[in-house]
Amino acid sequence: MSIKGKAYIAGAFEHPTRKAPDKSVFQLHAECAAGALADAGLTKDDVDGYFCAGDAAGMGPINIVDYMNLRLRYLDSTDVGGTSYIGAVGHAAAAINAGKCNVALITLSGRPRSEGVQTGTGQRPGNPQVGDSPWETHFSPATTNVYGMVAARHMHEYGTTSEQLAWIKVAASHHAQWNEHAMLRNVVTVEEVVNSPMVSTPLHRLDCCVISDGGGALVVVKPEIARSLKRPLVKVMGHGESWKGQMGGDVDLTYSGARWSGAAAFAESGVKHADIKYASIYDSFTITVLMQLEDLGFCEKGQGGKFVSDGNLISGVGKLPFNTDGGGLCNNHPANRGGITKVIEAVRQLRGEAHPKVQVPNCDIALAHGTGGLLGSRHGSSTLIMERE
Amino acid sequence: MAVMEDRKMPPNCTNPESDPFYAAADEGRFMIRRCTACKKAHWYPRAVCPFCFGATEWEQASGEGTIYSLSTMLRANFTMAYVTLKEGPTMMTNIVKADPATLKIGQKVKLTFVQTEANKVPCFEPA
Repeated sequence: MSIKGKAYIAGAFEHPTRKAPDKSVFQLHAECAAGALADAGLTKDDVDGYFCAGDAAGMGPINIVDYMNLRLRYLDSTDVGGTSYIGAVGHAAAAINAGKCNVALITLSGRPRSEGVQTGTGQRPGNPQVGDSPWETHFSPATTNVYGMVAARHMHEYGTTSEQLAWIKVAASHHAQWNEHAMLRNVVTVEEVVNSPMVSTPLHRLDCCVISDGGGALVVVKPEIARSLKRPLVKVMGHGESWKGQMGGDVDLTYSGARWSGAAAFAESGVKHADIKYASIYDSFTITVLMQLEDLGFCEKGQGGKFVSDGNLISGVGKLPFNTDGGGLCNNHPANRGGITKVIEAVRQLRGEAHPKVQVPNCDIALAHGTGGLLGSRHGSSTLIMERE
Repeated sequence: MAVMEDRKMPPNCTNPESDPFYAAADEGRFMIRRCTACKKAHWYPRAVCPFCFGATEWEQASGEGTIYSLSTMLRANFTMAYVTLKEGPTMMTNIVKADPATLKIGQKVKLTFVQTEANKVPCFEPA
């Protein structure tokens, strides 16, 4: 049983805030929920399915749905890190297809910037209940250095360079200049990226995403409801998810779970790579983008550096426009989780509602892909393919 | 860059599955686990084999390894690494007692324990 064509993304909303010291996290969730429902032309009372992940604090979904006072017959709080919300669209489509709900609401929010979270560099507390923690926490895997090891190995195996990685940031900055809400709107050059301070070898400050407050929400509905609404029809075509870790000690940092989640999504959708007009690719770091593009099959393994160079990811310039909102590298990374904004910008592109300077002409098929957790130790992987009907 | 001897490593946590490892580490022995069914060694150590779900047992490892990958955090001045052990598995660790600028993927390293406020933890230094 496939979810192809069995659900539509009817509502999408990205919170405009990037720093919210005067708002609570649950408040941000509810503001995003209201925004996405208004975008769809639906109301709170229409929601009968709810999907969230770890940013919604409390006992799974219970505390946040109590705050919003939703009446539900389906709940899912699968947490696979920042990509959870890409996977949630697939989960929602499956639930809708099974008759478990008709209107699924997905929300994400957080305020790590206001809380001063050292997302990429801070020491994390050990938790002996988590099996790997007694073996790793004291070594201080602090996000940046775990992604750094992935980049270092890629450079060693394939000759990838810092300049090639920098092109990913350059492309994101070209898009962010048109986004009034983006945290970093200055267009940067390859030289500026590679000359920015080294954070954890070989990753520079400008290889890293921003830390921002904010959030987003999506509304996924069954086909009959989508057709009754006034918004452009964005159809769910295929979804895949997987994970990758240390494989019992057979560590291989040269590929990610995108190899599997991407293949599943392409197979379900029947879409070919050449059909993808726009791609939202999780960009916690430049290396994240490069790795995922290879594993999704947009280029040969090891050729990602060449693929992303010379503006190939810039809308209107290259062959594969990506993250036209500026992505996590320049726009925002709410709750340190960039999955939902990846879907939101893909929906904008498919509706023709992206900023005119970055809108991809005739954008009928788009992909959103994400990695959650740590690319170099263990991560979740989700891929979603959507079509404008 | 200076040789890294000053970083105060956070204390490890432990649970019943890791307790014997740290008891041995405190006595200077580096242990890994190997499956009694499929005979394959793994990391991190588990009671149940991650390859075949067979029962596993402790064995003392050589402490010889090769750097698989590494990343040095400049401000904190320490080197995170994956080291592939002579026995097969690759483990997350820190490289210590070395100038980070001289470290390379493929370099031979040897085990050295670093004392934390909890136990001794397995790090590596250039061989």
